[in-house]
Amino acid sequence: MKLLVKGGRVIDPASGRDAVGDVALADGRIVEALAGKPDRVIDAKGLVVAPGLIDLAARLREPGDEYKATLESEMDAAVAGGVTSLACPPDTDPPLDEPGLVDMLRRRAKALARARVYPVGALTVKLQGKQLTEMAQLAEAGCIAFSQANAAVADTQVLWRALQYAATFNFPVWLRAEDLWLAQGGVAHDGEVATRLGLAGIPVFAETVALATLLELVRATGARVHVCRISSAAGVAMLRRARHDGLPLSCDVGAHHVHLSDMDLGYFDAQCRLEPPLRSSRDRDALGAGLADGTIDCIVSDHTPVDDDRKHLPFAEAEPGATGLELLLPLALKWGVQARLGLAQTLARVTSAPARILGVEAGRIAHGAPADLVVFDPEAPWRVSAQALKSQGKNTPFLGLELTGRVRATLVAGEVVFEG
Amino acid sequence: MAALPDAEALCASLASALAPRIGPSSAMIGIHTGGAWVAERLHAALGMKEPLGFLDIAFYRDDYDRKGLARDPKRSKIPFDVAGKDLLLVDDVLYTGRTVRAAINELFDYGRPASISLVVLVERDGRQLPICAQHAGARVQVAAGMRLRLKRGEQGRLSLELERAA
Amino acid sequence: MPRNPQLNDKGELQHLLSVEGLPRELLLQILDTAESFAGVTDRDIKKVPLLRGKSVFNLFFEGSTRTRTTFEIAAKRLSADVINLNVAVSSTSKGESLLDTVANLSAMHADIFIVRHGSSGAPYLIARHVKPHEHVINAGDGRHAHPTQGLLDLFTIRHYKKDFSGLTVAVVGDVLHSRVARSLIHGLTTLGAPEVRVIGPQTLIPAGAAALGVRVCHSMKEGLKDADVIVMLRLQNERMSGALLPSAQEFNKNYGLTAEKLALARPDAIVMHPGPMNRGVEIDSNVADGPHSVILPQVTFGIAVRMAVMSMVAGGG
Repeated sequence: MKLLVKGGRVIDPASGRDAVGDVALADGRIVEALAGKPDRVIDAKGLVVAPGLIDLAARLREPGDEYKATLESEMDAAVAGGVTSLACPPDTDPPLDEPGLVDMLRRRAKALARARVYPVGALTVKLQGKQLTEMAQLAEAGCIAFSQANAAVADTQVLWRALQYAATFNFPVWLRAEDLWLAQGGVAHDGEVATRLGLAGIPVFAETVALATLLELVRATGARVHVCRISSAAGVAMLRRARHDGLPLSCDVGAHHVHLSDMDLGYFDAQCRLEPPLRSSRDRDALGAGLADGTIDCIVSDHTPVDDDRKHLPFAEAEPGATGLELLLPLALKWGVQARLGLAQTLARVTSAPARILGVEAGRIAHGAPADLVVFDPEAPWRVSAQALKSQGKNTPFLGLELTGRVRATLVAGEVVFEG
Repeated sequence: MAALPDAEALCASLASALAPRIGPSSAMIGIHTGGAWVAERLHAALGMKEPLGFLDIAFYRDDYDRKGLARDPKRSKIPFDVAGKDLLLVDDVLYTGRTVRAAINELFDYGRPASISLVVLVERDGRQLPICAQHAGARVQVAAGMRLRLKRGEQGRLSLELERAA
Repeated sequence: MPRNPQLNDKGELQHLLSVEGLPRELLLQILDTAESFAGVTDRDIKKVPLLRGKSVFNLFFEGSTRTRTTFEIAAKRLSADVINLNVAVSSTSKGESLLDTVANLSAMHADIFIVRHGSSGAPYLIARHVKPHEHVINAGDGRHAHPTQGLLDLFTIRHYKKDFSGLTVAVVGDVLHSRVARSLIHGLTTLGAPEVRVIGPQTLIPAGAAALGVRVCHSMKEGLKDADVIVMLRLQNERMSGALLPSAQEFNKNYGLTAEKLALARPDAIVMHPGPMNRGVEIDSNVADGPHSVILPQVTFGIAVRMAVMSMVAGGG
């Protein structure tokens, strides 16, 4: 299949290219020029053509929570949001700790022929933090990294051994930094808002204590660790020092956390019940700054569909998480505008940077690269509503609000998988 | 437009009219706020045995569902036993009769009086309930859309005024 | 920030969910209205017909005989019909969601829901989903708020001290878990009490306490000095040993109100307690029963305050 995406502003953060032009696709790859006429021409005049977004954390709710969302609905949501590759965390039901489950997920996703799905395997059996999983076998089945999702490994001995084992095979380990005991029972950032609202708090040091432990273990084992969903200014500062010291780390931040703080909880809005919690406005600003100076590599959606029944509950009882696949692009663009960065720099945080962490060829526009593209209108406003979202998860603090940045077409492996 | 009568003069003439009716079982109760002011004048002039009582009808009004609770309810205080008394219920202006209806209902929650006579400073047309005053200082014609109010000045001097109805 | 859900667009009280966010004038209006209700007990028929024909549903997800009873008495003095829902044995324990429970009751023509719930914010969720003529009164949600208790505490203080503008108030004990403390503190700062102190060990004072506008003290010696009002908070059994406190005895030694510590306050200081008291833990009997204590009058005032709140939310307009 030969395709030509014509006349758009082509931005490739990896190479720095930013100019109006055409992108030619053939046999699932980007090519310099087409031999012969294209089978289809996509008119991208007035639009931006960029590498398809790469989202390092999107929950597809399969296996297990099919009543919340299905693989199909969430894959539709992904491509509607311009996401062409996504990594899904292991906290499915049952968790991704067996090669058979991983295999099944990969095959189902491939059959749907939308975004590319990269499963992240469980680091410990059932994510319980006690026994290591068969990482080599899981990697063979398709896992590109190992993680605990939001479950802590309380036993530091197990954490050490898990990192050592993963380092043996050079498997990346993706971990959130949160101490089980210090965070226990907490549902919101331990600050003024939680005090006023009478909500149990998770102090910043729940993150920094765990981060300190993690950094020391990285130093000791040489494991390739990716720190997930950093949430505090103090955490960002620690990461900045660690990277300056040359530790082989990478790091991401949740798209909602770059824009929201605990002030947005308002009158107990359960849409703001997230893991990690939304922290103070100082923390939020530090996350934005960390993303701008490279301490944090990329933005992720942390897509977590939750249905209304589990959100229409008192704050502490509501299920944490927000829908995010369709908000990743507009929220990334909004951050870029606020950070006064150009589009290329902004898009790097959702294309070339996560591609590097994932270790995949996609995420760039170059001859021979996979033909994964997103064509979007960076100025188009749209209202976030239940109808507008393709995901079965309508749970987001941005519900009812207007965002800017609308996907017009998404291509994966040279096929048009979404047109809006 | 005829001038409004002098409120202080009306109090004096009401007191004269009431004097022969006062007996050992008589007691007086003023309805907040205007009726209370008039009752203070009358009670002082008549030298009654029982102390003066006050009623705030905020909790007995019939427009609670439409208008909610009054902003600044005062405390009803009846410092004598209502049972068996011949009560003089005092208000400033008798208009629709709803205030008096509420006052009577409230009075009966205090006990069973022997009788209730209604004393008003002025009455005007516009009754919406079968209520009438046994003693009225004057009858005043009020134009549509206007309201008759009793005001108390700085030295405590009472006066009647017309104002636009809300 | 969305609009304060307690007030309608005319600024009138629709629901009572928290003392926080209520304007000063409205707080004073509630206290003044409670004052006029206090006179209802002076007469033969201790009732007024204000809420005649209206239904008040006591929806208590957390047990409480005392608060529920005072709400019931207050509602009956307003001539309302009162229905008590014992949630422990009701449909909610069979897995029915909070909102479904409320919807079912609403179908039975409720006018006022009095809600006590273990999760902070539960009454807000309910208030967002009730019909326009239905009103929610928070009888305590998690550790967030207990507005009628806060209001009756304010009423009590005003009754004995007349004016908030010169007062030093000390709130002692488990502030971290106390919705009563939060509501009272909000009320005191709105009404202009210049010095509000919280006293307790660091484990029982929340991280954001200073942001509430209070002065944090870790000793009774510092915190009770020249206090006009002392409010003792109940220490719950499960907090008395473990990681927050070593024992009730040690708590009493350092933070219990004894006659000796009371002497640090002003000679005319009043002692309050929301109840029920743990005698010998947060307060010694000789103080609880002594001349400074206004603990029993607090209970009486509670009925008038709850009558005021119910009649203010339920009124039309």
